[in-house]
Amino acid sequence: MSDLTPLSSLSSLEYAPAPESRAVVTVQDAYGHFINGDFTNPASSEQFATINPATGEHLATVAQGSDADVDAAVAAARKAYEKVWSTLPGSERAKYLFRIARLIQERSRELAVLETLDNGKPIRETRDIDVPMAAAWFFYYAGWADKLDYAGFGPQPAALGVAGQVIPWNFPLLMAAWKIAPALAAGNTVVLKPAETTPLTALLLADIIRQAGVPDGVVNIVTGDGRTGAALVNHPGINKVAFTGSTEVGRIIQSAVAGSGKKLTLELGGKGANIVFADAPIDETIEGIIDGIFFNQGHVCCAGSRLLVQESIHDDVIERLLRRVEQLRVGDPLDKNTDVGAINSAAQLAKIAELTEAGVLEGATRFSSSCALPSAGFFFPPTVFTGVEQTHRIAREEIFGPVLSVLTFRTPEEAVAKANNTTFGLAAGIWSEKGSRTLWMAERLRAGVIWANTYNKFDPTSPFGGVRESGFGREGGRHGLEAYLNV
Amino acid sequence: MSDRVSVSKTYKMYVNGAFPRSESGRTFVLNDVEGNFLANVAHGSRKDIRDAVVAARGATNKWKSATAYNRGQVLYRVAEILESRHDEFVSLLQLTDGVSAKRAANEVSKSIDLTVWYAGWTDKIAQVVGGTNPVAGPFFNFSIPAPCGVVGIITPTVNSLSGFIATVLPALASGNTVVVVPGSHEAIPVAVTLGEVAATSDVPAGVINIVTGTASELAPILASHEDVDGLDLAGAGESRLELGRLASATITRVVDSDLRDLHDLKRLRAFIDTVTVWHTIGQ
Amino acid sequence: MTSVAAHGRPELPATTSRPVRIGSEHDLRSTLGGLSGVDAVGLEARAAKLGTRSLKQDTKRAAIDLAITMVDLTTLEGADTTGKVRALCTKAMRPDASDPSVPPVAAVCVYPDLVDVAVRTLGTSGVNIASVATAFPSGRASLAIKLADVREAVAAGATEIDMVIDRGAFLSGNIGKVFDEIVAVKEACGAAHLKVILETGELVTYDNVRRASWIAMLAGADFIKTSTGKVGVNATIPVTLLMLEAVRDFALETGAVIGVKAAGGIRTTKDALKYLVVVNETAGSRWLSPDFFRFGASSLLNDLLMQRTKQATGSYVRADRFSGD
Repeated sequence: MSDLTPLSSLSSLEYAPAPESRAVVTVQDAYGHFINGDFTNPASSEQFATINPATGEHLATVAQGSDADVDAAVAAARKAYEKVWSTLPGSERAKYLFRIARLIQERSRELAVLETLDNGKPIRETRDIDVPMAAAWFFYYAGWADKLDYAGFGPQPAALGVAGQVIPWNFPLLMAAWKIAPALAAGNTVVLKPAETTPLTALLLADIIRQAGVPDGVVNIVTGDGRTGAALVNHPGINKVAFTGSTEVGRIIQSAVAGSGKKLTLELGGKGANIVFADAPIDETIEGIIDGIFFNQGHVCCAGSRLLVQESIHDDVIERLLRRVEQLRVGDPLDKNTDVGAINSAAQLAKIAELTEAGVLEGATRFSSSCALPSAGFFFPPTVFTGVEQTHRIAREEIFGPVLSVLTFRTPEEAVAKANNTTFGLAAGIWSEKGSRTLWMAERLRAGVIWANTYNKFDPTSPFGGVRESGFGREGGRHGLEAYLNV
Repeated sequence: MSDRVSVSKTYKMYVNGAFPRSESGRTFVLNDVEGNFLANVAHGSRKDIRDAVVAARGATNKWKSATAYNRGQVLYRVAEILESRHDEFVSLLQLTDGVSAKRAANEVSKSIDLTVWYAGWTDKIAQVVGGTNPVAGPFFNFSIPAPCGVVGIITPTVNSLSGFIATVLPALASGNTVVVVPGSHEAIPVAVTLGEVAATSDVPAGVINIVTGTASELAPILASHEDVDGLDLAGAGESRLELGRLASATITRVVDSDLRDLHDLKRLRAFIDTVTVWHTIGQ
Repeated sequence: MTSVAAHGRPELPATTSRPVRIGSEHDLRSTLGGLSGVDAVGLEARAAKLGTRSLKQDTKRAAIDLAITMVDLTTLEGADTTGKVRALCTKAMRPDASDPSVPPVAAVCVYPDLVDVAVRTLGTSGVNIASVATAFPSGRASLAIKLADVREAVAAGATEIDMVIDRGAFLSGNIGKVFDEIVAVKEACGAAHLKVILETGELVTYDNVRRASWIAMLAGADFIKTSTGKVGVNATIPVTLLMLEAVRDFALETGAVIGVKAAGGIRTTKDALKYLVVVNETAGSRWLSPDFFRFGASSLLNDLLMQRTKQATGSYVRADRFSGD
């Protein structure tokens, strides 16, 4: 068509590496537990390594928390609760939380880089989402500390005491913030156990808490694997258990806590349905599908891992989606242009590979991005399965990786039936320009969070949590206080 | 003594709007507090629990999708029917709970008033526990309470009338359907009579189901049933620990506290799942 | 549907697959009716996310040179004179007098009555001469006057015509009129390239921008252009992204590759590079050429030159190093 002579052009804009500097972070060789305001020598000599999943590089050695360590942490938290924290007016507690929020902002670069190193998620996400939202969570709950009388739970709602909190590896710092901020605002003290593959940002948060001058023992952090978590959850000295992780472990914890009088909240797995109607805003929908499943490598409990597409636009959606998947930049998580980073661990990579194999064997059609994967570290190409049936494992089991299963539906009723045909119920997405139908769907979908024309959005003011086997209790908003108050 | 022979009542269960006997064909003898024969009560079985859960599940959509105003009217109608049978309950409570006529009358009045209180909550709870959330972005974000589905209830072992109302009504007011197991044998006659109240008010079939029998035998079946979404173990006593463990297999919501306050917001909130909806805002 | 083999890359169709023929206003309405809506929040979020891409080293250097070659160096003032246009053309051919390695820009853009000045100054340099026409910027004139405007500019030597659509007709639902005018102008252009200015700031909604883009493409536009630069809201990244989606989809549908011109308000290298990222990741590398993407700008060029020099020398430079125009 053109009679213009091209004067210059690039065959494509191949972005040169744009790595974030890691000089901002100092990782110690070894870490003890943070108990009673100080990093302590662990009671047991057992240690384990935490690595950079993008390279396999050894980052640090971390202590395996023993029963004695947990005892010490709970004792410190109890003492802090009784002697200090419960005697402070809410307005004073608030100021500590505000300080933590500000310190997170001040040290945001350091936290973002460290999170990316330890977790493998892209720096763009740690920088733009995990870290700023962690600060926002403290900022939000700080304001509640002296307003609990107005939270809708009656006058002078009481704290529970010592909270035992166990968090996962997918949002290490953010989950610590989700747990610690409301607990402290409500007047509790905490013992938190980060995931064994991602302990470093929680330990940096401990340093921030120390810088903030938070009284000793109010926040204690004990590292370790599931044994440490079990010791904490079963400890008779705690009044509250908050757990985020798999449904499998959630069952064990609920069973262990039954009849103990400990208040329990569980945020567990999911198999989120992302439902696309023929009248969806198509380009934004494609982005929403991408965000829904490839955000954080799909290591998201509320991931939109089941795409339900109205049959009449299935081919068009798939064509656009696969074109877009090919564009995703997979690789060095520290590169500012990376969209999809490393899988968090060898074990998780094996699980993703196993379920992906199952999808192929069950007869679904696999499309994986042709992107080059780094030779070291744990990586998995963004993958889409079409022709998935509800009986397939990849339509029922949580993969917790960058793997999307596409199913179709014909009518809104069928979309609801398929979306709800799971024992989970954490999140769902609805894509349509028709408001009345979207609300009709929202009334019927069994999910704790429903995103309409968006996906994977979080905010400290917005309650988050599941129904059915995705757990109970809410994190975020006024609702998030209930988990930490005796109401 | 009356010179006519009275017509005595057959104590059956209340499931899906009907009054079946136990599928097992079993009954047991229930005496009043004086030790006089009161009735042969249906001795509910595993399959009776199964049928009741199926009925409750089948009624969930109708009940939760009814308007809150309508649910309020239905529960208010329950209070009306209770009032019309005031004297019957007074007599019954004297026989089963062994209380004086005066205390029984007080208990009945209190229970009717409590029913009215909960009936009024149906169209207010959403405003009290829900609302809009000021998220930092171009989204309209609101939270609404959704009933968690089918709730199994072991009613308190004492105060059979107010105990029933104080555990069953909050679950109903928040939009759940229920399978009720009276916590003690003494609580059965009142529960069965309340089934009649339900049947003659406008409560849709399947919304309230009452399985009579031995709580210690029926409760584990209810607690381990995968299609039960919530459990109120008010009357489960020592077995709470075991029942709570059974419930954990499917992450069932459990209330295992005693009934302290009849007007219990905690119980009203217990079987609600907060659903939060985000929608983009743009022209 | 494009065939997708397992692990394979979906490919763009090579040639025209389904030509869209608009024989009546009914055809036009039904084609536009098939377009998807646009969710403003999602579109703006995507634009913002692409804005965080980081171009470094060789990529940045190449992108700056590419951006220079995409500039339609523009002067559209009531105060324009022969002298002003002559200076602009000199700058267009050799943006940095001290550095012959700097490529010339794509075109100069002037009012029709100054086209002959540009023709004389630019000679055979290869720099194109774009002229706004059709009662620019408001478009409020009869079709006869608009066509005369176009013919005069073409006759004077304009190789590219930047027309404005009738926004009044579009907003009042008279899309047939909008379409017919573009068809008529295209015919009047002859061999000259037609850029159709949507004036997105006056269309206001993204849904309108998508529909107007399709009307223009269906009517024969070679380029669709965001803005005149004369209203409050000019080119924005979300609007440009949306128009790039439109040309991408049009190419997939018909095989015809239409260009996009972002005009007004783009002043810095940082912004220009964001636009190039959006081009790259929305329409694709085929559009990374002055054939298919342009910046309508004036002050942008000097900022590109400053950043180019900074990339080469490592030191920051002052504005006076380069000519004003």
